[in-house]
Amino acid sequence: MGKLLAKEREVVVPGQIISEGMDYLPSTGTYRLKEQVIVNRLGILNVDGKVLKVTPLSGRYLPKEGDTVIGKVEDILMSGWRMDINSPYSAVLPLREASFDFIKKGADLSKYFALDDYAVVKITSVTTQNLVDLSAKGQGLRRLRGGRVIKVDCNKVPRIIGKQGSMVKMINDATGCRITVGQNGVVWFMGEPQMESAAFKAIRLIEQEAHTQGLTDRVKALLDELTKDYKGGKDE
Amino acid sequence: MSKFKRPSGRKMDEPRKIEAEVGVIARADGSARFKIGDTEALAAVYGPRELHPRFLQDPKKGILRCNYNMLPYAGDGSRVRPGPSRRSKEISMVTEKALTPVLDLSQFPNTVVDVFIELPQTNAGSRCAGICAAAMALADAGIIMKDMISSVAVGYVEGNLVVDLDGPEEHMGENESPDIPLAMIPSTEEITLLQMDGIVSKKQLLEALEFAKPVLKKISDVQKQAIKAKYELGERK
Amino acid sequence: MNQEVKDHIKNSLIKGVRLDGRGPQDLREISIELDVVTTAEGSARVKFGDAEVLAGVKMSVESPFPDTPEDGVLMVNAELLPLSNPDFETGPPGIDSIETSRVIDRGIRESGCVDTKKLCLVKGEKVWFMAVDVHPINYDGNLIDMGGLAAMAALKSANFPSIDKDHNVDYHEKTKKKLDISGLPIPITVCKIGDVLIVDPTDEEENAIDARLTVTSLDKDKLCSLQKGGAKPLSIEEIAEMVELALKKADEVRKKLSEVLK
Repeated sequence: MGKLLAKEREVVVPGQIISEGMDYLPSTGTYRLKEQVIVNRLGILNVDGKVLKVTPLSGRYLPKEGDTVIGKVEDILMSGWRMDINSPYSAVLPLREASFDFIKKGADLSKYFALDDYAVVKITSVTTQNLVDLSAKGQGLRRLRGGRVIKVDCNKVPRIIGKQGSMVKMINDATGCRITVGQNGVVWFMGEPQMESAAFKAIRLIEQEAHTQGLTDRVKALLDELTKDYKGGKDE
Repeated sequence: MSKFKRPSGRKMDEPRKIEAEVGVIARADGSARFKIGDTEALAAVYGPRELHPRFLQDPKKGILRCNYNMLPYAGDGSRVRPGPSRRSKEISMVTEKALTPVLDLSQFPNTVVDVFIELPQTNAGSRCAGICAAAMALADAGIIMKDMISSVAVGYVEGNLVVDLDGPEEHMGENESPDIPLAMIPSTEEITLLQMDGIVSKKQLLEALEFAKPVLKKISDVQKQAIKAKYELGERK
Repeated sequence: MNQEVKDHIKNSLIKGVRLDGRGPQDLREISIELDVVTTAEGSARVKFGDAEVLAGVKMSVESPFPDTPEDGVLMVNAELLPLSNPDFETGPPGIDSIETSRVIDRGIRESGCVDTKKLCLVKGEKVWFMAVDVHPINYDGNLIDMGGLAAMAALKSANFPSIDKDHNVDYHEKTKKKLDISGLPIPITVCKIGDVLIVDPTDEEENAIDARLTVTSLDKDKLCSLQKGGAKPLSIEEIAEMVELALKKADEVRKKLSEVLK
């Protein structure tokens, strides 16, 4: 009979032996060595019947087709823009995907996206060579104007967004900040300065404690604390 | 057994006191501090990231690049001039070789994972401390690795087999003590770093390797526990 | 940096709020630890918030420079470690490293707080050589101010190693003898972003700076070195305001260091 040596939702680390015997099956983040299953990536253990899987807690963003990300223009090319998407691989936004308008060859491309501009874009394709194509045409896709941009661990993005966007909505309700979270861990937000600072602190708290229970309540408490003076001031 | 006593009073198979923690450098993708006695190593991982110049790129997988450096005041004697030396370049290279066997960077072709190892203070065993810190930092960075890498030196002080030689022990007796820095993959017990200076017999060498094994496994437990501690801290809050 | 992000930082500052919620003239929380490195004669770890800098002093006996046969030597060296920040690169020190080294060095040297004549062992032959190395471990802006403070703390904590009659140094034996230091030169860098003056900038804020002025001072009305940086010019009125702010903030920092040294 196989034996499980770690608990569901435990933080597990590379080299940790999590089961003995042939009953358990390795999946993402684990592998078999003889009769043991061993972890090969820092994360949280999920035990699904006999299948052992690790949900990563850290690691850089790998581009995925269909992801909405926030990119930064790092070069203007003949045929489009090269963007930094906070990943080991940069991406290209081709002319025809930049705007619903027709852009003539030889036009001043910086009118659409200038160097260092941030934009919300969608990944349309990723080749096996990690060549990444983007599009800026679609709902919510746009050049970002003003506001603040920070980077968070991309593995924490689902938690920052929350179930059906509940966490982002909570920050938005409390601070009045507009917030866009890219799947690549780049977050844009804009609002009143004091409120931006509150949103910033809330996002950092979520990032740090993404793997813990009862996080929503702690974020709410922090936001209440950070915004109470401001709201008080408004009422007077 | 002989009546040999270590100057520090440690048991033969007892390493110096270890302090280990991860997440010590905010900007890094992964980072760690590993202190053993008065030898302290900091490691920061950046990457995988784009690799320049292009001819260094490997289209099949990412590569590891290590940079070992002692801070100018970290040495035993007078100030060490900043910048790379023959010694630091060689240690950087063997550190890379010690860590690479457990890494899987096949998801990240053409990229580099940079590991910067800085030593604020040393008292023997600095390359081993650097490797321990680097392995923890790589795990913290979310790099896929099939096991931890643990490292320590073994050697013969006045003919006595001991683990983790400190500064005074390196220079005891008539000749310099033979010193064997080692790194090991704990799960398979394979050796990934092996150097030596001094004179030993074949039998003594093999004895030393066996002697180091359980110590290296204990060190790997300390490393793993330190990585977990970063996240369990969040749990308690 | 993106112009719109810069403008956004400026607009927030006009309303008196910084990116991390601080007021324009607030320093981050400062912590100073002494004797953190066993191999150095003196050392200090300085933290401003999460940003961290290490400084270490190494002493040696060397020949003096031919033009100053009776003077010991004090030298500060700063290096931007690639360990501390993804934007720093390996290789020989760039201009930012060099400027940081020289501004810290000048502040301490010109203050005269270390009398180099007292570092002479044998005139024309043997003098003490003090090298202070400053390194960011966790970089988040304001390296000159943090490094200058760390360098002074390290010098204050330093003990001479013992020497034999031929002036050979034994680094394994520290003496009780301290370096004779009169006064505490403290650098404060005042940054101008738009029309607002701030101190203790983070990395993000440093990228938005129009101009900066580092003022090293010994007390409330004794300046010992200056360095203007940034692309934009400063009016004399602005300089007056920046110097006043720097003197006030240096006093805060000096008090903090004095407490730790007690």
